[in-house]
Amino acid sequence: MGKEVPDVKTGSLSRRDFLKVSGITLTVPLIAGPRVLRVAGAEVKVFGPGKVPMTFTINGKTYRAELEPRVTLLDALRNEFDLTGAKRVCDRGTCGACTVLLDGKPVYACSVLAIEAQGKAITTVEGLLQEGRLHPIQQAFIENDALQCGFCTPGFVVACKALLDRTPNPTPEDLVRGLGGNLCRCGTYVGIRAAIAQAARMQRGG
Amino acid sequence: MAERNRVEVAEYKWPEPERRRLIGTRVSRVDGPEKVTGRAKYTYDVNRPGMLAGKILRCPHAHARIVRLDTSAAEKMPGVRAVLPLKKVGDEILWAGDEVVAVAAVDEPTAEDAIRAIVVEYEKLPHYVLDTDPKAAGERARPTAEQIEGDPDAAFREAEVVVEGVYGMPLITHCCLEAHGSVVEWEGENQVLVHISTQAVSGIAGQMAGPLGVPASNIRVKQDHIGGGFGSKFSPDSWGIAAARLSKMAGGRPVKIMLERDAELMVAGARPSYYGRVRVGAKRDGTVIAWESETWGTGGIPPTSALPLPYVLRIPNQRKRHIAIVTNSGPARAWRAPLHPQACLLTMAALDDLAAELRMDPLDLLLKNIGLAGERADVYREELQIAAELMEWKKKWHPRGDPSPGPIKRGLGVSIHTWPGRGHACRCDLTIYPDGSVEVKLGSQDLGTGTRTAIAIVVADTLGLPLDAVRVRIGDNQYPPAGGSGGSTTIGGVSSAARRAALDALDQMFARVAPLLNAAPEQLEAWEGRIRVKGDPSRSIAWEQACARLNGMPLTVRGENPGPGELTTAGAAGVQMADVSVDIETGIVRINKMVAVQDCGLIINMKTAESQCYGGMIMGISYALFEEKILDPVTGRMLNPNMEFYKLAGLADVGELVVHMMTGEKYDRRGVIGLGEPPVISPGAAISNAVANAIGVRVPFLPLTPDRVLDALAKKGGSHARV
Ligand code: FES
Ligand code: FES
Repeated sequence: MGKEVPDVKTGSLSRRDFLKVSGITLTVPLIAGPRVLRVAGAEVKVFGPGKVPMTFTINGKTYRAELEPRVTLLDALRNEFDLTGAKRVCDRGTCGACTVLLDGKPVYACSVLAIEAQGKAITTVEGLLQEGRLHPIQQAFIENDALQCGFCTPGFVVACKALLDRTPNPTPEDLVRGLGGNLCRCGTYVGIRAAIAQAARMQRGG
Repeated sequence: MAERNRVEVAEYKWPEPERRRLIGTRVSRVDGPEKVTGRAKYTYDVNRPGMLAGKILRCPHAHARIVRLDTSAAEKMPGVRAVLPLKKVGDEILWAGDEVVAVAAVDEPTAEDAIRAIVVEYEKLPHYVLDTDPKAAGERARPTAEQIEGDPDAAFREAEVVVEGVYGMPLITHCCLEAHGSVVEWEGENQVLVHISTQAVSGIAGQMAGPLGVPASNIRVKQDHIGGGFGSKFSPDSWGIAAARLSKMAGGRPVKIMLERDAELMVAGARPSYYGRVRVGAKRDGTVIAWESETWGTGGIPPTSALPLPYVLRIPNQRKRHIAIVTNSGPARAWRAPLHPQACLLTMAALDDLAAELRMDPLDLLLKNIGLAGERADVYREELQIAAELMEWKKKWHPRGDPSPGPIKRGLGVSIHTWPGRGHACRCDLTIYPDGSVEVKLGSQDLGTGTRTAIAIVVADTLGLPLDAVRVRIGDNQYPPAGGSGGSTTIGGVSSAARRAALDALDQMFARVAPLLNAAPEQLEAWEGRIRVKGDPSRSIAWEQACARLNGMPLTVRGENPGPGELTTAGAAGVQMADVSVDIETGIVRINKMVAVQDCGLIINMKTAESQCYGGMIMGISYALFEEKILDPVTGRMLNPNMEFYKLAGLADVGELVVHMMTGEKYDRRGVIGLGEPPVISPGAAISNAVANAIGVRVPFLPLTPDRVLDALAKKGGSHARV
């Protein structure tokens, strides 16, 4: 599949087409480790365009898959490992429905390549349960009805956790900054504000 | 299996307040734990063994004819399992984004590559997407018949004050966070399994049967959770049919097609635009006597219908005309409270401009004319008073134009709305097992409104059991059919059917245990996990022991709506008020506070009822301030089919929100009335009025973006001109 001549008639180039055009694919088998190219005097590892083996640490467990380098972390989680808590909505870093933690920091999983998430601790909403019990944020979401259809909810729950980890007593401005990258169509923001206040109280032992 | 013999004709009504343990209280939703942990499976999350990824090639032109279609390169690509043209050479395409070819491949990247390998040539044809000027639309403007009530000409002559204004709101989209789509597998001999994101689980098979040539009885439809619908998800859609065909072509492997975000915004939902020139005539004391409106707008190719004008208030003398403009803008779909937000804005803005002209407080003007609301006038009166208190209206209100110095101007606006919301046709099967467990099954769906929880509340309260004793199963068309979730009809339908089933089941239980308690069945009641003799609680039997009398056979009872007893009625009334600040240097509008006061008859779950109101207000803030499906007149394409430029309100945009639900005997007596749509109707009007009150001029069209605000300020009178 890597040897095909790029079809430029039909318009824009795909990521894969781009790699084909750049002429580095001819010797790459379907599954391969990186090749090393010299670019501007530096050695650069080149992966793909075929599938390459990848290893991830997700919610403390090790997962392996063979994926094309163009696959996003979000698609790897959802399609390879059936971890479907993180949702695909905009698929381009606007809505926050795909939020996961990378080494404790919230990221849009749709905007991170899976290959780059290797070697980092990935936490998804599925990983927030504490010994099978709901995390205080999850409990607070339920009690304050901070969800309706629930499609944005996993992203919000993870973003709230990241916010409280960093800022245990968030001000309204902190909320806007910490959750401004998440959108809800059903309009659950009132419940979310109440939920985060309750979770913050609970975490302080109140 | 359903037993219909009633032992005793119970009265089918809702329990008195002292007999309610759960109904009307604040109950956390039963599917909350699944949803907050990511365990809840939506259609988008369904991963089936051997599943193929489906993708659709869409036409980039708003009006075109296909002159060449070559899929051969795609068919030959490794990993591609099926290629299905949905149009053929010679077909005319009427909106940008319409479906041309569907493919199924081993994974999404391969399917995307296959789409790129398809060659289509189009002959471009003239398109038209402008909806703001019926005069410019030529034969695409389709006037409907003029409607007249009373004698509008005489009434306008008699009027002491007449105001005229232009108001309106553009096309917007649904932007459900879960895109439209399905996972379909053709299992063996014409058995089709469909996982689909739908508001109508029981209605999908019937719609797929014809196009697929398979009996509806062979089509199994399932959905556990849905990530938003708002009126846009009642059909399998052409892509759902395509997924089924692709699956058949690929030897039955499951095919998943979920729309990309751009397609979701382009083709999977639009609320029609409506604009109108409105004249209102009144007496000097504010009594409104005459209405005249000419409206126009577009819903794509099918002509739009007239609006319910004037909204809520039956002004005695009226003349109304409507012009539907046919455009190449993609199909409209029902959008939460179809036609109402538009009718509401046109009416409430015109009345607000009348009040400004009369130098009256618009709240007083509404109260003066509230008799025109008919049957529900006293409810509105009560609600307006409560809302005014919660908003501190009398303290904060000032005449139009905030006189305070500085660039930030503050203002208040008010609006009222209505919605029918009677329960739909619905059936459910309630089963009591010999171990005492209880299960309710129906082919309904929970849009996030809390349907599952409401059903559990009704059944548990009726049987005198705790909430977790009842298991509710929905989202499968093998369960008894329930209506689609549209028009705020679900809560009335499912709660009434569930109540009837539970009452009938209880009668049968009473008949079985009455001899044990030495009582007649009609002397028994179910309370706190026991069946007992009314007035003599010492003679009782635990629910589990009573169920052991079923002799090992589960008891199943069918409940229906409609049915005996009036458990659901129509006609919800609501009031909303907005407090905004407008920066007249930047044109930015901020919501300080909104108040919603809402009636919906008997409330089953106060917690989720309030959530509907908060959610409606927030969705309303979103379309009032941000949302517009912008169509490029040159290409006919949507310019903002993404969530960066099709902006939804975020947490920072909504201000302080206050909800007050009307409760008490007077409301309970009317039974259950739907609540999904009402709270989304008034925000556009209330916010538009508040902005006019703040800056002294009307901004005629939503969304109230900075450019529109600055434009209205520059013109000084906006569209509101004295006649
Ligand atoms: S899906 Fe990743 S931000 Fe929207
Ligand atoms: S709960 Fe539906 S999108 Fe947030």
